[in-house]
Amino acid sequence: MSPRVAAAVALRVLTQLRRDPRTVALLIAVPSVLIILLHELFAGREQVFQHVGGPLLGLFPFVSMFVVTSVTMLRERTSGTLERLMTLPLAKLDLLVGYAIAFGSMAAVQASVVSAIAFTWLDLHTDGPVWAVVALAIGNAVLGMALGLLASAFASTEFQAVQFMPAIVLPQMLLCGLFVARDEMADWLRVLSAALPLTYAYDALAHAIANQFDARFSVDVCVVLGATLLALLLGALTLRRRTA
Amino acid sequence: MPSHAGIVVEKLEVVRNGVAVLHGLSLEVAGGRVTGLLGPNGSGKSTLMRSIVGVQRVRGGSITVLGTRAGSPELRRRVAYVTQAPSVYGDLTIRENLRFFARVLSVPAARIALALETVDLLGSADKVVNRLSGGQRARVSLASALLGDPELLVLDEPTVGLDPLLRRELWSTFHTLAEEGRTVLVSSHVMDEADRCDELLLLREGRLLAAGRPDELRQRTGARDLEDVFLSLIEAEQR
Repeated sequence: MSPRVAAAVALRVLTQLRRDPRTVALLIAVPSVLIILLHELFAGREQVFQHVGGPLLGLFPFVSMFVVTSVTMLRERTSGTLERLMTLPLAKLDLLVGYAIAFGSMAAVQASVVSAIAFTWLDLHTDGPVWAVVALAIGNAVLGMALGLLASAFASTEFQAVQFMPAIVLPQMLLCGLFVARDEMADWLRVLSAALPLTYAYDALAHAIANQFDARFSVDVCVVLGATLLALLLGALTLRRRTA
Repeated sequence: MPSHAGIVVEKLEVVRNGVAVLHGLSLEVAGGRVTGLLGPNGSGKSTLMRSIVGVQRVRGGSITVLGTRAGSPELRRRVAYVTQAPSVYGDLTIRENLRFFARVLSVPAARIALALETVDLLGSADKVVNRLSGGQRARVSLASALLGDPELLVLDEPTVGLDPLLRRELWSTFHTLAEEGRTVLVSSHVMDEADRCDELLLLREGRLLAAGRPDELRQRTGARDLEDVFLSLIEAEQR
């Protein structure tokens, strides 16, 4: 693995994003508008917004980076550039780390803007530090990126890649405990949710927002990190030098 | 640079999607020369080239490239490969593409202008690749391969759809590269390009039909046109 090559990949992906200002605008505007919409939706029930607002802004980057990465990597696979990269002095890890740096920094911008809107204008309240929420949001973005990278191996068209969003992301969103507390779920759903990484991402956010940096929080963070590493490892296995 | 060590392919067998593409193919590519890999579409040219650069899963046989087993990591600096479909980033400019490949290869940025000059793209370096014509895109792809200091260039139909003047210039570039001691393997399905090669490998249906210098093959078959050489070799084989 070479930091120079990983940096080259990160720089390249960021340049590609810069060449596509509409996607960047959407990445930042869509979660911002959604959080404002949510605030207005629960205008009369402030505590509902306080309950879901914080975790949601920590989960947005997961969703966006999943979609952006799976499409970007699919393009890399179908355009022949991946095959070219595989003939160059570039380790698979360089490619993955480069992607993680690029999309991680994109997520940092996204989470900062949405947090600024939510915590100042919309009066979202958190007992814990805002930076912890933003940091967790970036971590969730990298998890989304890793899963997107893995998902791209199972798609042969961009249509399929986009469909993985509702297939892989939505169930995790529904089951993570944000909409229905996990204690109130049917047993089999609770078991299922325990197997999904976003459950731990949500739980870590809820703990950070409540300023509860306890053992449970540490476990959550470790599970999210572990799931990210596992997805990256499996993703690396799908990047084959030799193909049929 | 040693010019003797080119490529040695022995009994290469490749199966793609359940169909045998190369059937125990054996051939040699001389070092320091321009070798043309000729044959109709579907004859296995691209598969052979992919096998040489180590991205093709092979079923059997062996390939030695520059004295080393094909696909070994040390060859990634010594071999440059240009795929048939231009494999560059369409949403980046020409310069941005080359800058990225230069960083990966860790060659100085000064080589970018040199590579662009060779493919006659210096004037449009800041154009986004997606807005270029197919021929220009192919040249960007080729320029990326010229960035490093490769001992072997594997070029899959690099001159398809190019303007005749540029084609002639590129062929002279290939010869300059060979004179510097590099090995150049160029595939083509156009027979009129065959005469520009030092050596020819004629491939048909995954088998080597003939190998030799253009004038040698003419003498052997008695045909003047290389297209006719190819035809008479096929006929001779079927008889």
